[in-house]
Amino acid sequence: MHLGESMRECEYSQISTRSSTPMETPYKKRTPKRRKWEAFPGRNKFYCDGRIMMAKQTGVFYLTLVLILVTCGLFFVFDCPFLALQLTPIIPVVGGALFLFVLGTLLRTSFSDPGVLPRATPDEAADLERQIDVANGSTGYRPPPRTKEVVINGQTVKLKYCFTCKIFRPPRASHCSLCDNCVERFDHHCPWVGNCVGRRNYRFFYMFILSLSFLTIFIFAFVITHIILLSHQSGFLNALKYSPASVLEVVVCFFSVWSIVGLSGFHTYLIGSNQTTNEDIKGSWSSKRGKDNYNPYSYGNMFTNCCAALCGPLPPSLIDRRGFVESDAPQLAQPTNGMTMYGATQSQQSHMAATTPLPSS
Amino acid sequence: MRQQASIAAKVFIQRDYTNGTLCQFQTKFPSELETRMDKQQFEETVRTLNNLYAEAEKLGSQSFFEGCLACLTAYTVFLCMETHYEKVLKKIAKYIQEQNDKIYAPRGLLLTDPIERGLRVIEITIFEDRSFSR
Repeated sequence: MHLGESMRECEYSQISTRSSTPMETPYKKRTPKRRKWEAFPGRNKFYCDGRIMMAKQTGVFYLTLVLILVTCGLFFVFDCPFLALQLTPIIPVVGGALFLFVLGTLLRTSFSDPGVLPRATPDEAADLERQIDVANGSTGYRPPPRTKEVVINGQTVKLKYCFTCKIFRPPRASHCSLCDNCVERFDHHCPWVGNCVGRRNYRFFYMFILSLSFLTIFIFAFVITHIILLSHQSGFLNALKYSPASVLEVVVCFFSVWSIVGLSGFHTYLIGSNQTTNEDIKGSWSSKRGKDNYNPYSYGNMFTNCCAALCGPLPPSLIDRRGFVESDAPQLAQPTNGMTMYGATQSQQSHMAATTPLPSS
Repeated sequence: MRQQASIAAKVFIQRDYTNGTLCQFQTKFPSELETRMDKQQFEETVRTLNNLYAEAEKLGSQSFFEGCLACLTAYTVFLCMETHYEKVLKKIAKYIQEQNDKIYAPRGLLLTDPIERGLRVIEITIFEDRSFSR
C-alpha cells in the first residue's frame, strides 16, 4: 500500500531526534564532530560549549541578576563603611558571605540541567507503539489517550504518554511547554532564574531563595539601622539626603521581602511534605480528593523528607550535552504491519483524518 | 565480525515504578529472548542492576555527609570529587561490560547501558543467529 509506505517514511523522519549526519557525504574522510547539545531537540540555550544550559527566554534572569548586584553593590559602597566603623566590621563580612552564597546558588540553579529526560530513540518509540497497539487492538484512526496505571506504595498513579518525547513519563515528571522538554520531578518553570526547576536543581533553587530571604532581611535591617543612626546625628531628612542610596535599597528590599520570604516558606512546606509545586497546585495528594488519598512519595516525617530533598544523592545529567553525536546506529528493518497510523502524532492524525477519506467498508 | 552481523530485533526492558521514582527495571523475561538464553541468568542480571541503582540513590549517611559538605563549600567540591551516584554508575558500566563479555555476546546479544538511553530502558540488541548457517 503506497499510502502506508509514504506515511512510514513520514513517521520516521518526524521522530528522528538526530540531525542529518555525515553519512550523506561518504567521500569526506574527516567530518567535523558535533556535540550533542548542538543537536538537542528542546528549546534551550547552551553556552560554554554545552557546559551551561538555560531556557530560551532569559530576560527576567538578567533583571534578577541586576537587582541583586545593584542593591548589594549600593549596600557595600554606601552603608557598610559607616556600619563597620560605628557598629562592627563583621557586618560587611557576613553580608559579603551571604551575597556570594546567593550568587553561587542562583547561577547553579540557572545554569544546570534541571533533570531533562532525553527523547526516545526511534527504535524505542516504535517498540512502545507496538506495545500500545497490542494493548488497544486496532481500533481505527483515533486511539484512546495513552495512559498507564501503576500502584506506588498503595496509591494508583497514572503515567501519561508524552507525544513530543515519545515516552511514558515517569511519576512526578512533567513536560515543560516553554522549554519543550520532559523534566524529572518537575516543580515549575521559573522565569526569575531563567530555567526549569526539577530534580537536579531543586536544592539549589531552595538554597537560593532561602539565602536571598536572609540577605534581603539583612540589608533591610542594617540600612534602617544606618538611617536611624544618621538621624540621631543630623536629623531624619538630612540622613536621607546624606545617604540617598539607602532609600533605594529600602524600597527594593521592602517589596522583595514579602514575595521572597513567602516563597521560601511555601517551599519549606513543600519540602517537608515531599511535594512539588505542580502537585500542590493540582491538589494531587490533597485529602479533599478522597479519604484514602495520601502522598506515596513522602517518607512519613518532615526531617527525612528535608534530608532527601536537600542532602540526597545528586543524579547525573541524562542528556550528555558534551558528548559527540555518533553516526546513526544501524536501524531495525521497517515494520511490515499497518501500524503507521498510530505512529503519527495526534496533530498528524487529525490532519490525516481530515484529508484522507475513510475506506468504504 | 560483529559489524557484519545484522540486527534481528531489539528488546526494551521498561522501568518498574512500583517503588516510586527509584530507578528499577522490570524483571519480566521477554519472549523474544526465550530461544537465546536462560530465564534465570536474565533475571539475575536485571536484579543486580536494580540493586546497584538502589545503592546509587540510597539515602544513607554517606550521601548525607556528601550533601552537607557540598552545601558548605557552595558545591565547588564537585569540581574535584565525583558524586556517589557517578561512582556507582561506573560500577554499573563495568558490570554490564562483564555481563556482555561472559554471557550475552556468546549468545549473539548485546546489553546497552541504560544511562545511554536516559535510564528509560535496558536495550538488548539481538543479532541474527549465524551459527546455524553452515
